[in-house]
Amino acid sequence: MTDTLNVAGLTVHYQTREGALQALREVALNVPAGQIVGIVGESGCGKSTLINALLQLMPENARIAAGSIRLQAEELVRAPPRRLRDLRGRDIAVVFQDPMTSLNPVLTIGRQMLDVQYRDRRPRAAKLALAAAMLGRVGLPDPVAKLGAYPHELSGGQRQRVAIAMAVMMRPKLLIADEPTTALDATLEVQIIELLRELQQEIGCAILFISHHLGVIAELCDRVVVMYAGEAVEEGPVHDVFLSPGHPYTARLIECDPGRMKTRVAQLPAIPGNLPDLTDPPPGCIFRARCDSATERCASHPGHVALAPGHWAACHFAAKDRA
Amino acid sequence: MSDSILKLRDVVVEFPALHGLKALLARPRQRRIRAIDGISLEVRRGETLAIVGESGSGKTTLARAINGLLPLAGGEIWFDRQPLHRQPDWRAVRRQMAMMFQDPVGSLSPRKTVRDLVLEPFAIHRQPVGEARQTAIRLLESAGLGADFLHRYPHQLSGGQARRVGVARALALNPALVLADEPTAGLDVSVQGEILNLLNRIKAEHGLTTVIITHNLNILRHVADRIAVMYLGRIVEIGPVEQIMETPRHPYTAALMSANPEPDPTSRRDRIILSGETPALTARPSGCEFHPRCPVARPDCAARIPVLETGATRAVSCHYPTYEDA
Repeated sequence: MTDTLNVAGLTVHYQTREGALQALREVALNVPAGQIVGIVGESGCGKSTLINALLQLMPENARIAAGSIRLQAEELVRAPPRRLRDLRGRDIAVVFQDPMTSLNPVLTIGRQMLDVQYRDRRPRAAKLALAAAMLGRVGLPDPVAKLGAYPHELSGGQRQRVAIAMAVMMRPKLLIADEPTTALDATLEVQIIELLRELQQEIGCAILFISHHLGVIAELCDRVVVMYAGEAVEEGPVHDVFLSPGHPYTARLIECDPGRMKTRVAQLPAIPGNLPDLTDPPPGCIFRARCDSATERCASHPGHVALAPGHWAACHFAAKDRA
Repeated sequence: MSDSILKLRDVVVEFPALHGLKALLARPRQRRIRAIDGISLEVRRGETLAIVGESGSGKTTLARAINGLLPLAGGEIWFDRQPLHRQPDWRAVRRQMAMMFQDPVGSLSPRKTVRDLVLEPFAIHRQPVGEARQTAIRLLESAGLGADFLHRYPHQLSGGQARRVGVARALALNPALVLADEPTAGLDVSVQGEILNLLNRIKAEHGLTTVIITHNLNILRHVADRIAVMYLGRIVEIGPVEQIMETPRHPYTAALMSANPEPDPTSRRDRIILSGETPALTARPSGCEFHPRCPVARPDCAARIPVLETGATRAVSCHYPTYEDA
């Protein structure tokens, strides 16, 4: 099986007054062709930095210190800007969290959907027809009329559908979905998840789905990468990771999700402590300070411990207690 | 049966829908939209009532109406036997009824230190603060923060810490009722548990009555005693938390509960996926307002308006509820 996306050893620093903030440290992950890979992690884990790096759209003070990002074996780090512009929007497309900010408020939906097709040398009518067909495909009622509408005339759920239609219109090889359902209500969230799943089947693209919502990841994804404080700490098939997590952070995170508990508990679990200071990350295991089972051994960095084919965790004790 | 501390009867909140000349020319009915349309409920002393519903269902509007931040267009609200619908002394009322706002960091003044923030309620309500530093430390400690936070500013706090400061502020004057608008919004799951434990502990220690407004269904079971489900500014179902979650009677409640993805890949289950979205308040459907999206609607649902019977432990406003009432 070929991979649509390979990230290896990706290290990103932000220059700040307090020194270099090491936002991503040696992150490795693979997105196999045609699969939906989830990235789960809490605030400050580096999800957004990772997306920016994948798109090669980084803030000025960010620097890729090391590592590579390959889209279908093509290196994106330090690729020529012209080439990156060709790839963005055509081979890599993104659906952002807030469709109100990702759509231009002063242009009609139709205008924006034409803009996405600027590379095509087809007549305008054909492009508009494709746009209307896409809007219909994502479940917007009366798609032709919607081409003349402005973003503020649509509801939040409809705007997110438009954003998805725009992203998949060029049939990208990789679709990055950055918390696409976080701004939506529960009943709309399941509609959007269902839609993404269908579109993935039709287009056959790979999806990188970023979320902090464990339930959505469990529901939608084939594989999952768990991130903590700028590192990928575990990666594997969603089934394995959720049912037998190898990293203590993964285990605690799943434990904390109140959706898991079917009966009322007096004391809800939490992970005490705070994220480490990333301008001066502690040596060794990054989760050590908050981990119950940390020992002296954790002062050295664990590296990837293989647990099963395609499932690893960055913990010295990941393979312990396993058959 | 414990007595009720808060009682709402047929509460209506309206907003102007049109402005200027358009409003003058429109028919009176079209000038205003009803964000809250006839809500009656009681909150008993010492209980936690959760109000759930999706965006636009009127949850926050309801809380703001209770707190006097929005005027009532109709109905009555009684708080501790005081009529809040008759221009009460709001300062005195709010001493007894504290509000926790949605955005944990945004609801704190960025130019005040944590010490000033937790002491602010005393100044606003002209209450004796005692030894200021000691009071501030006591309040912070009751919310799980230490004296080292006294001189920090809001931007130096994490979301969870800012939320704790919000809790300390709400509890400063020992209120009888706390209205918490989305207490877990914007918090990571690993922190969410701590905040909910804090609220539960305070409730147990002080016998506090809480009204929690949330769209986070996962937390309901662990904090609420009763749930009221809102749709288009009305309550469609209300009852004890376990009953509402396990045997929802209103099809909307059932869809809402089933829409909640669970962190377990083995339970990719069949769920009720509603078609369409919540209609606009300006275009309320006829009859049962849920009928255009309802998976079990029958022809007469479009014609007859269902009523929410009040008084029972559990009430549902549906012509054809799912489970038999036990």
